[in-house]
Amino acid sequence: MKITFPHMGSTYIAIKALFDDLCVETVVPPKCSKKTLELGTKYAPELICLPLKINLGNYIESIEKGADTIVITGSCGPCRFGYYSEVQREILKDLGYEAEIVVLEVPDGDIPEFYRRVGKVANTKNPIKIAKSLKGAMTVLKKLNEFEEKVLQQRPYEIQRGDVDQLYHGLLTKLGTSTGAREMIQHIDWAANRFHEIPMDRGREVLRVGIVGEIYTVIDDFSNLEIGKKLNDMGVAVHKSHTAGEWITDVVYYRSIGTSGEKHIWDAAAPYMKVGIGGHGRETIGNTVRYADQGYDGVIQVMPFTCMPEIVAMSTLPKVQEERDIPVLSLIIDEMTGEAGYLTRLEAYIDLLRNRREKNKQAMGS
Amino acid sequence: MTVRVGIPRGLLYYYYGPLWTDFFESLGAEVIISEETNKKIVEMGVKSTVDEACLPVKIYHGHVKNLMDQKVDYIFLPRLMSIYKNEYICPKFCGLPEMVNHSIRNLPTMIQPTIDFRKSKKDLPRIVEEVGGYFTSDRRKTEWAFNKALERYRQYKTALRQGVLPTDALARKNDEGFHTMGSGDKIALLGHPYNLYDDFISMNLVKKLRGYGLQVLTPESMDVKTMNEKAAVMDKKMFWSFGRKILGTAFHAMEQQDIQGIIYLSSFGCGLDSVLADIVERRVRRNSDKPFTLLTLDEHTGEAGMDTRIEAFVDMIKWRRNHENNFSAYGQHIHSHQSIVR
Repeated sequence: MKITFPHMGSTYIAIKALFDDLCVETVVPPKCSKKTLELGTKYAPELICLPLKINLGNYIESIEKGADTIVITGSCGPCRFGYYSEVQREILKDLGYEAEIVVLEVPDGDIPEFYRRVGKVANTKNPIKIAKSLKGAMTVLKKLNEFEEKVLQQRPYEIQRGDVDQLYHGLLTKLGTSTGAREMIQHIDWAANRFHEIPMDRGREVLRVGIVGEIYTVIDDFSNLEIGKKLNDMGVAVHKSHTAGEWITDVVYYRSIGTSGEKHIWDAAAPYMKVGIGGHGRETIGNTVRYADQGYDGVIQVMPFTCMPEIVAMSTLPKVQEERDIPVLSLIIDEMTGEAGYLTRLEAYIDLLRNRREKNKQAMGS
Repeated sequence: MTVRVGIPRGLLYYYYGPLWTDFFESLGAEVIISEETNKKIVEMGVKSTVDEACLPVKIYHGHVKNLMDQKVDYIFLPRLMSIYKNEYICPKFCGLPEMVNHSIRNLPTMIQPTIDFRKSKKDLPRIVEEVGGYFTSDRRKTEWAFNKALERYRQYKTALRQGVLPTDALARKNDEGFHTMGSGDKIALLGHPYNLYDDFISMNLVKKLRGYGLQVLTPESMDVKTMNEKAAVMDKKMFWSFGRKILGTAFHAMEQQDIQGIIYLSSFGCGLDSVLADIVERRVRRNSDKPFTLLTLDEHTGEAGMDTRIEAFVDMIKWRRNHENNFSAYGQHIHSHQSIVR
């Protein structure tokens, strides 16, 4: 059994750690590229959202490298993500691939079936071994998320441009060749400790922007055309509202006990949206409100084209923008998105934020 | 003076119209249904929504504006999250009140109960009371009105199952164009009710198909039991109620000898359709020899182009029936009714 899985930012590192510790062979899909997207776009339904297209490209590339089992997580609506597995199954069948798709979810409340699936991909029925490996992988994910958060916060301050990237990319390369959670954690800890050695100019005027929206496009830098790096280069510190680690904790832990770790975000969203509408629509609103309260200069919403929950959020955002006095830019991404046009929109928006801050300062001074 | 309650003629009005109308009328309110979808309503809708919204949602906004022009006191715009156990509708339905409230200014009082039957229907009496509370404080009167409306709603559903179009059933007139049974070709027409039955959106698709002498099978005219059984063949339970209906109808149609073709009517950018139409198309092509076509609509679709596609599809079905087994001898025209020698 050779297991593969879809890409989502650098989550692949933690997933690899998990299967390494379980002694299961994995095929990490080749880094997302133009070819991945082309493959996905060619075989996926025209109007489906971007993550499915990228995932499909990942699978095809992995299958060609020898993978025979695809592991994904599931949900039960109302967003399309819940039916990804079925659409992908149909497509792969028509293409003549015989890879099996294993969806890690509890189908219709059938808990034994869930354990059967876990046992199947974990290659063991020993719950202690599974729990231990899972814990190791979660630590990798959490530490990596923290490191990446720091990169997005600190990069605009670096004196020698490229210092942070060197550390970050060096870490990713090391992690790519590591096996198991223990080794990976050591690498991440080492890199995290090197961070303070990078010379920084703290006096710089740096804007602060929060990224909200659909979770895949927020996290995955291939799909959002490296929005974090682009903004950092313009002298903007970035905070992303979603991380893969938090998402997994929420799905696996909080939801199973009928609550959410995002209650405070829901409370922030309450004046504008009282119920969950699937996906992360409510969180988009809540996080925008929270960024405004924390004095951020602006908020950028990223979403795939035709994303249903985010369209609802997008219709509500103008009101939040008006009442909370924070400029919001919505960026919609699909396979047709051109990098130049995207960059121009970001630049124009950042110019606006900079002028706005300048103006506010003058108003305060006079 | 009686109060005026407006109901937008869009989205699930085509399902629950009679229930809502009768309920409010029995409570002594005057019910105003927005005008039938027209160009002006579409324009107003497009203006007040984000570009990314789908056509039916845009048009729904237009209907709300149309009601405001008619000076209603209330607008009934329920938040429909789930109407069957363990199923959802569409995320846009869940967030519809937000979309309308934040996009249109100076709205009248909105009646927006949350209807969520995903876990159970036990909230129903409370919802009925909440809505009734806008008109009367007499609980028994509310209950009576609801039961009366429910009766009418059941009649309406029965009529739909017999093939009467919702538009005709809602207008409480008999459908002249409706052929009960009999010979003739039959096709399955799939899609969301608010696309299929809004004559403006669908450009009278059902009537046009009937005009070609075709019998039309829609998810609304299907036997519920058969539909659910067929939909259950998916490995994972279809969690959208409309999805279940569409898949069930499609899988049923696929196996029926007397159904000659399948048409899927979708609106551009519909998240559900992107999933459903793809699954239907793949299964139809894999497991049957029936022709399948997908018609996608948005506010820019021209009627002439639609007509051409429908005509081509219908011609194909008819030629297939008449000539499929006709292998022409050398020198003979392929069509039996024409000869090359005159």
